[in-house]
Amino acid sequence: MAILVDENTKILIQGITGSYGGRHAKLSLDYGTQVVAGVTPGKGGQLFEGRVPIFDTVSDAVRETGATVSTIFVPPPFAGDAILEAADAGCELVVCITEGIPVVDMMRVKATLKDYPKCRLIGPNCPGLVTPGRGENSHGGCRIGIAPGYIHRRGGVGIVSRSGTLTYEAVWQITNLGMGQSTCVGIGGDPINGTSHLDVLKLFNDDPETEAIIMIGEIGGSREEEAAAWAKDNCKKPIAGFIAGATAPPGRRMGHAGAIISGGQGTAEAKKAALREAGILVAETPAEIGATLVKAMNK
Amino acid sequence: MNIHEYQAKQLFDEFNVASPKGTVAETPEQARLAALEIGQNLVIKAQIHAGGRGKGTFKSGFQGGVHLCSSPEDVAAKAQQMLGQVLVTHQTGPEGKLVSKVMVAESVDIARELYFAIVMDRATERPVIMASTAGGMDIEEVAHHTPEKILREPVHPLMGFQPYQGRKLAAFLGLTGTQAAAAAKLFTNLYNLFIAKDCSLVEVNPLVVTTGGDVLALDAKFNFDDNALYRQKQVAAMRDITEEDPREVAASEYSLNYIGLDGNIACLVNGAGLAMATMDIIKFSGGEPANFLDVGGGASKEQVTAAFKIILGDPNVKGILINIFGGIMDCNVIAEGVIAAVKEVGLSLPLVVRLEGNNVAMGKQTLAASGLNVLSADNLADAATKIVKAIAA
Repeated sequence: MAILVDENTKILIQGITGSYGGRHAKLSLDYGTQVVAGVTPGKGGQLFEGRVPIFDTVSDAVRETGATVSTIFVPPPFAGDAILEAADAGCELVVCITEGIPVVDMMRVKATLKDYPKCRLIGPNCPGLVTPGRGENSHGGCRIGIAPGYIHRRGGVGIVSRSGTLTYEAVWQITNLGMGQSTCVGIGGDPINGTSHLDVLKLFNDDPETEAIIMIGEIGGSREEEAAAWAKDNCKKPIAGFIAGATAPPGRRMGHAGAIISGGQGTAEAKKAALREAGILVAETPAEIGATLVKAMNK
Repeated sequence: MNIHEYQAKQLFDEFNVASPKGTVAETPEQARLAALEIGQNLVIKAQIHAGGRGKGTFKSGFQGGVHLCSSPEDVAAKAQQMLGQVLVTHQTGPEGKLVSKVMVAESVDIARELYFAIVMDRATERPVIMASTAGGMDIEEVAHHTPEKILREPVHPLMGFQPYQGRKLAAFLGLTGTQAAAAAKLFTNLYNLFIAKDCSLVEVNPLVVTTGGDVLALDAKFNFDDNALYRQKQVAAMRDITEEDPREVAASEYSLNYIGLDGNIACLVNGAGLAMATMDIIKFSGGEPANFLDVGGGASKEQVTAAFKIILGDPNVKGILINIFGGIMDCNVIAEGVIAAVKEVGLSLPLVVRLEGNNVAMGKQTLAASGLNVLSADNLADAATKIVKAIAA
């Protein structure tokens, strides 16, 4: 099962002819993911890597290939437009990898997406998502975005996180413990994003393949608290949590646009307390995320 | 990014946000001419980013970074005392800040002090206006003790600020008649400025009603969305790097995310979340992180070299932890960047390296063959323990 995407999901990539988009399109193809189309305005009719057709518009790509998911590798000034184009073309899932979109643009995009209730946005400023395959080094899965495929292994742990490399750290620990992942979702490090921790927790809760959940958060905002409050009464599955940024100084933006403690709100301590209050086991260090999950599962 | 008071005044003037007359000056003569232009009721203010200027002391012994002045000549004399001098306030730290500009402004007689701010609110994903009758005070204190004195007014993301909201806010602040109309106009213009310049915060504290009945924005704090600086050339040009940590300025030249801290264990990490988590585990293991440093997912050898040099340039640093989960990032690029930096600047401090992921075997081999004294770690916990132990030795 997994959530959102699986081996059969057909994806298209907006910005496939850029160096970053192209590189990761190739890695997804190598992983066995069904990358069925690319979109770059003005380059319609060409082929990517000699096999993936490129279209001028997302509508054309969806109509001709049946792609249901778009991945966006478009530079920040054009990314908001790219998200809305994908939504308008009927994509069910739009994953925006782009980092550096102005928050005012995202505010307007998010408000406009209410007109497309069937479309879910993940990101922006996210590593994407992976549903691992069942082949060697998890080959044959659905890799959307920029995560390294080979660290995964198909299994029953769902992972949701605001950070890329911290997700890989957790994935690697789970794989090395001999377990595996159902789906790993990077929701992104921006203050306004499409999908929240809570949205993903609900999906994992309803997914029969997912047996346990890792939720990774960081300073800034209150989405982790919101997810924890829901989980307390509604989540049937064990959850392990980790919150990054206990040592971050207030008022400073820690790399991610959304990772900032402002006006005393959004501290790691407050988030950890909210998680614990909801019965979620919290890893004290990033090195113990996997072990903490095992503890939560045996509780 | 922060801006100076005189720059905020320039933005107010551009957007017709009513505020007292004021001009920036870099010499006593310029200050005198500015004062002549303004006429009566003169005030001079040292331009530094830190607060607490009025009660600050210059290293020369001159008291106060804000003075009421009796004449243009008095303004020039005060400017002479301030310009080129270092002002110490409770926010600058003992090293203080060099004053290279002053603002000469009209001082106003205040009848009422109010509070007005616009903030990009991530919970509701829209701008939220906060207005309060408790002006000149710390708004977080007000929110905590007397929340009824604050009105929170969200603005629709697509409709923008509406006239009725201006009237509603003015009424909440107890303004009537022409004052209410003037305030509503000020709020609209301020909202336009907020959106046009990609602000994440504009805080007017205080917003004042003068004894003459004018409604004026007296002082303002601006924060801007760094993601939007590519299209905000005017705002980007307002950056004053002399106000910033020189280590952070150097890092920004190489597109590195660096934030200086007070500890003695430097870290170099790929990815913001992992970089924060690495600082946390250093602290958890009994050490103190000297910095946040995210070299990003696709750093070049040159960026890694620059990053390494910046952390070595911090005299507090007693040891270094490199933590790389090279999902896509090539571990060998990190290894080569570190070796290049050490060749240039030398290395006498303990260095613990934890490499994982893409091309890790090659990266470890490159480091081993370099002859550098590197302590290698198998995982993150091991790495943190090793560096804490190494600097204690």
